[in-house]
Amino acid sequence: MTSMRYTREHEWIRVDGEIGTVGITDYAQEQLGDVVFVELPEVGRQVVKGDEVAVVESVKAASEVYAPVSGDVTETNEKLAEEPATVNSAPTAEGWFFKMRITASAELDDLMDTATYKDYVDSLD
Amino acid sequence: MTQEGSTTSGHRGLDAEEPLSFEQGSPDKTGVDLPEPAAGVDRLGGLTRTRPIGLPGLAEPEVVRHYLRLSRQNFCIDGGFYPLGSCTMKHNPRLNEKLARLPGIGDLHPLQPVSTVQGALALIDACAGWLKALTGLPAVAMSPGAGAHGELTGLMTIRAALEDRGDARARVLVPESAHGTNPASARFCGYRVEAIPADRRGRVDVAAMKQKLGPDVAAIMLTNPNTCGLFENDILEIAEAVHDAGAFFYCDGANFNAIVGRVRPGDLGIDCMHINLHKTFSTPHGGGGPGAGPVVLSAALAPFAPVPSVVHGEDGTFRIIEHPCQSDAKPFGRVKGFHGQFGMFVRALAYMMSMGADGLHQASADAVLNANYLMARLDGTLHPAFPGPCMHEALFDEDTLKDTGVTTLDLAKALIDEGFHPMTVYFPLVVHGAMLVEPTETESKQTLDAFIASLKSLVARAHGGDARFFEEAPRLAPRRRLDETRAARQPVLRWRPPAPEIAAE
Repeated sequence: MTSMRYTREHEWIRVDGEIGTVGITDYAQEQLGDVVFVELPEVGRQVVKGDEVAVVESVKAASEVYAPVSGDVTETNEKLAEEPATVNSAPTAEGWFFKMRITASAELDDLMDTATYKDYVDSLD
Repeated sequence: MTQEGSTTSGHRGLDAEEPLSFEQGSPDKTGVDLPEPAAGVDRLGGLTRTRPIGLPGLAEPEVVRHYLRLSRQNFCIDGGFYPLGSCTMKHNPRLNEKLARLPGIGDLHPLQPVSTVQGALALIDACAGWLKALTGLPAVAMSPGAGAHGELTGLMTIRAALEDRGDARARVLVPESAHGTNPASARFCGYRVEAIPADRRGRVDVAAMKQKLGPDVAAIMLTNPNTCGLFENDILEIAEAVHDAGAFFYCDGANFNAIVGRVRPGDLGIDCMHINLHKTFSTPHGGGGPGAGPVVLSAALAPFAPVPSVVHGEDGTFRIIEHPCQSDAKPFGRVKGFHGQFGMFVRALAYMMSMGADGLHQASADAVLNANYLMARLDGTLHPAFPGPCMHEALFDEDTLKDTGVTTLDLAKALIDEGFHPMTVYFPLVVHGAMLVEPTETESKQTLDAFIASLKSLVARAHGGDARFFEEAPRLAPRRRLDETRAARQPVLRWRPPAPEIAAE
C-alpha cells in the first residue's frame, strides 16, 4: 500500500513498503517557475531528516530540497538532467527526484497527509 | 513579416542592427599591417599551431563602429535611472575620474620602487583612514577586489583568528534574506552554513538565532540595513549574543550607503565588514568597474589581516608590508596581486574628501528619503512587503498584481520600454515576486516622479486586463523578450560558422 506525505518545505514522499520516492510539490514548482537545473544526491548516501539532499534551480531562484525522513538514497531520477522541465509538468509523477530506503519510518508520522498539506498551502496565500 | 519601422538594412535610425564580429570579419583582412617575422627557432616542443584559430579580421574603423554600436545598446548609470536594489547605482562623479587620470596617478606601475610612489602610498593610507573613521574600526585590509572577495577575506581572517586560539569552529549563521554571496563565501571558506529565519517584521528572528548559536559557531553574517531595506534594530542584542558564544560578527557592507556618516558599524559590535567602494563610495560598477571591497577589522582580527598593507615609517615615509616576516602580525596570506584596486582608492578618496563628513551625513539621509518618497508615492500602486518607513531601498511584493495575469517579471520588462533599468526582481527570496527599488541619493525628484508615473500607469494597465501588453514587452528595446528558460536549459556558449550552402542541383 502506498501513501503520500508532505513537508512544510514542500517536498512530497510516496511510501511503498520501506522505499520512499521524493520530489517537490505542485505548489513548489509553481512558485519556482521554469526549472532549469536539478542537482541530485549520490546513490548510497545516508541522509538524516532535514539534510540538504538536492538542489533545484529555476529562472527565478535556486532552492534546496531537504530529506523528508532519514534513510539511504537508492536511486536518482537521471532523466531530470536532460529534461528538468519534467519537474514543472509532472512534479508528483515523472518529475520525482530520488528514492530512498527509509530507516526511521516513525519520522513519517511528523509529516502532513494530503488533506492537511492542502490546508497548509491554502493558508499561505 | 513586415513590421512598422522595418528597414531594408535592418538598422532603425541611430540604432544599428549589429552582427557579431565573427559574422562580419574575414580572415584575410587586418587592421594592423606588420611585416612577416623571420622564421625563428621553434621552442614550442611540437605544440606549434598547425591551422588558423579563426579570429575575425576587421579593419580599424569596422572595429570602432562595432563596439560603439554595441555600447549604444547598453544601459548605464550615465544614460538613465538605474534603481537596481542592493546595488547602489549612484552617479559616478566626474571629479573622481579627473583625479584618477592625473599624471603621476594614472600612469603608475605597481612594481615601481617604493621611494618613487610615496604619494600613492599616502593616498592608500588616507583612503584607509577615512574608511576606519567612518566605520569606527581600527584596521582595514585594502586589497580585496570586490564585495564577495571582501566577504571571503573577512571569513578567512576570522578563521585565522579562531585557529590561532586553538578554537577552529564549523558553522556560520546566515539570515534567509542574505545576499547569495554570504552563504557561498562561508561554504567556500570551509564552513557549514545554517539559515536564520526572519520574523514577521522582516528582521532576524533573534530567538531563533540564539537557539542556533553554540560553541562551534565561527561567525554570523548579517547585512544592515538588510536586503528588505530594513534596519536590524536588535543588532546590539545580536552582537552581544554572538560575542558571548565566542563567535565573530561579520557585517555585509553592501548597504552601508544607508547609514554612512551616521552610524559607525564598530559601535554596533561588528568585528568585520567589507565595504563596496563601487556602491557607497561612488566608484563605477555594473559593467564599468572594477569593484573594490576593502574589509575593516576589529582589534581582535587586525593581526590576521592579509598582506600587503601600507604602514607609516618612523621618518614620515610609507612602506609596504608584503611578507609576514616584515611585521609582528600574523597575516593569513595574500588575496590579490599587488595592492588592490588602486584606481578605485583614488576615486573613493576623491568622493569622500569632496563630500566631507557633512556631505556623507547628508547623502545617506537623502538616499533614505528618496526610497521613502518612492514608497509613499507608490502607496496603493504596489504593496510594500513590510510596513515602512524603509531605509535606502523600498521592497514590494506581487500582491497588487494578483489575478491580473501580470507578474513581477512582466512589469520589469515593461519598464524597459519606459526607458528605465528595472529594479531588482525575485530577490530577496523571502518575499513572493519581490521588487527591490533603490533610487540612491543622486536622483532628482523629477526623475523619481517620472519613474513613479510610469509604474502607476503600468500597474493601472495591468488592472485594466491588458496582460497581453506585458507578455510582449519589451517592444522598444534592441531585442524583444528573451527566452530565459531556454537560455538556461540549452545555452549556446560558442559561435559556430554557418554550414556552407550546398548548391541545389
